[in-house]
Amino acid sequence: MNSTTQVQALMGSRWQGSLIAGFVCLALLVVAALFAPQLSPHDPLEQNLIADLAEPSAAHLLGTDKLGRDQLSRLIYGARVSLYVGITTVTISLLIGVLLGALAGFSGGAIDYWIMRLVDILLAFPGILLAVAMSAVMGPSLTNVIVALSLLGWTGYARLVRAEVLGIRRREHVEAATALGVPSVRIVLRHILPLLGAPLAVQATFGMAGAIVAEASLSFLGLGVQPPTPSWGAMINEGRHFLLVAPHMTLYPGLAILLTVLGLNFLGDGLRDRLDVRAR
Amino acid sequence: MGSLTTECSMYCAVSAWPNRGHKERRMLAYTVRRILAAIPTALGVATVVFLLLHAIPGDPVDVMLGETAARADRAELRAHLGLDRPILVQYVGFMTGLARGDMGESIHSRRPVVELVTERFPATLALAAAAALAAICIALPLGLLSAARPGSMLDRGSLTASLLGTALPNFWLGPLLILFFAVHLGWLPVSGNDGPRHLILPAITLGLSLAGILTRMTRSTVLEALHEDYIRTARAKGVSETKTVAKHALANAVTPILSVLGLQLGSLLAGSVITETIFAWPGLGRLTVQAISTRDYPVVQGCVLMIAGSYVLVNLATDLAYAWANPRVRYGEDE
Repeated sequence: MNSTTQVQALMGSRWQGSLIAGFVCLALLVVAALFAPQLSPHDPLEQNLIADLAEPSAAHLLGTDKLGRDQLSRLIYGARVSLYVGITTVTISLLIGVLLGALAGFSGGAIDYWIMRLVDILLAFPGILLAVAMSAVMGPSLTNVIVALSLLGWTGYARLVRAEVLGIRRREHVEAATALGVPSVRIVLRHILPLLGAPLAVQATFGMAGAIVAEASLSFLGLGVQPPTPSWGAMINEGRHFLLVAPHMTLYPGLAILLTVLGLNFLGDGLRDRLDVRAR
Repeated sequence: MGSLTTECSMYCAVSAWPNRGHKERRMLAYTVRRILAAIPTALGVATVVFLLLHAIPGDPVDVMLGETAARADRAELRAHLGLDRPILVQYVGFMTGLARGDMGESIHSRRPVVELVTERFPATLALAAAAALAAICIALPLGLLSAARPGSMLDRGSLTASLLGTALPNFWLGPLLILFFAVHLGWLPVSGNDGPRHLILPAITLGLSLAGILTRMTRSTVLEALHEDYIRTARAKGVSETKTVAKHALANAVTPILSVLGLQLGSLLAGSVITETIFAWPGLGRLTVQAISTRDYPVVQGCVLMIAGSYVLVNLATDLAYAWANPRVRYGEDE
């Protein structure tokens, strides 16, 4: 067996592991978010100035922050923000991206040209730069973070859908439907979009990881979720000012983000290997 | 024999001459086309930056002064920012200002924005370059070793490390590196910009994600190259495995790796917003965050424009370099 075959074999057996690892991490996040009130040992907003910056102990498993708030409880409630931002941003981005991508791919001509130029322009802003600027101008809030990330996040989906539509519209069943006079909207909805489920699911998984990190980055910069609502990014920002005396304030929220992102990346990798024939 | 060689080399030089001219013409045509294609993108970027302050939902004056500010103060700031004029007039003014190199004036320091931005840009560029260098230094050896022994423990370890590298958020990695290397070990300074030692931790923080991407890229391209015929020939001729991997396979893999590196440089420029904040590095990223906290929106606009503009230029340069190194790109464009 040559090296490439070995690697392919390894990849083939790995997708199951990736999927399981990804599902476990995502399940932990979902359970923490849904059952936050039941799982949290303390009220995440309850202050206890006598026990500020306390190290991890039996009373506070992950220690406390500068206001004596229980870190574990804030971490669990922080999962709600991450999951909410991840799901909402991906849903809105998907809707916009699928709509504009399908429109560009199926219409062609000037519509395609202008939609793709808009995509090019938005992609010319690297990373979260534009989201930082938009959040700054609109004012810091969770809603504005979601608006900013969604307005920028659709471009990837639009490119994917356009490329897929361009390929699928030449297939026989689509050409037959066109020849029979089936309306374009119906062709896209009934004969093209159902075939895009797999690649979109893969991209949405990676997109969710990206949205969670972007929200945490904006909250770290003070442009996202505002105090006292717990958010992992804001918790790291608070913690870095007490790095010498209370490193736990920085350590655990970061671990939570890392595990979530790793889990979603594993899930995306696993789904891609399992669903997307071209990647196998 | 000598004259035969001379004759042959002369023949080769003469016969190659039209090809060389042809190649240069193709490259020139490709360069012109790419530059022309970049112009609408650059104009689009400037338009989006304009719309950022002038057409986004919500009133920037409210955000700057608060909704309870006196009417007169609001009107004065609105006039200062030019927000009291029709939007089309504002747009034309903004674009003509940009063409003259005028990005407006800082509300906070009353200095021209272009001056503030160009002052800080070299520091950001230095940080991005150092981060790219750190990424290459980590990724190339890891990727090569991985490709040389696919499926081994080393390969798995390297893949895991690259996965971690891409998943680690830099706003978490930065404080952890400070805690370990600056506080516990005392090897490196915590923050600031006072010599090359101050650059190490920010560069690693910014470059680790790129290192993860490049490691995977190096591994896959070298692995692919290792199955080419010329590698088989080199092995058959008895060339050592190390030389085969490091010289022949890597040489072929360098172009796609450099292309990815070029495209990722923009992410390094954007990532500077967070990294410079953590390490108090006096670049554009820190200026952006400072301007946001003082609600100095003309400066925010200028920083975003400078970073995005540089990204467009870096992408253009990467495309041109890739086309120069890879004739298929030039010919593909023509056909």
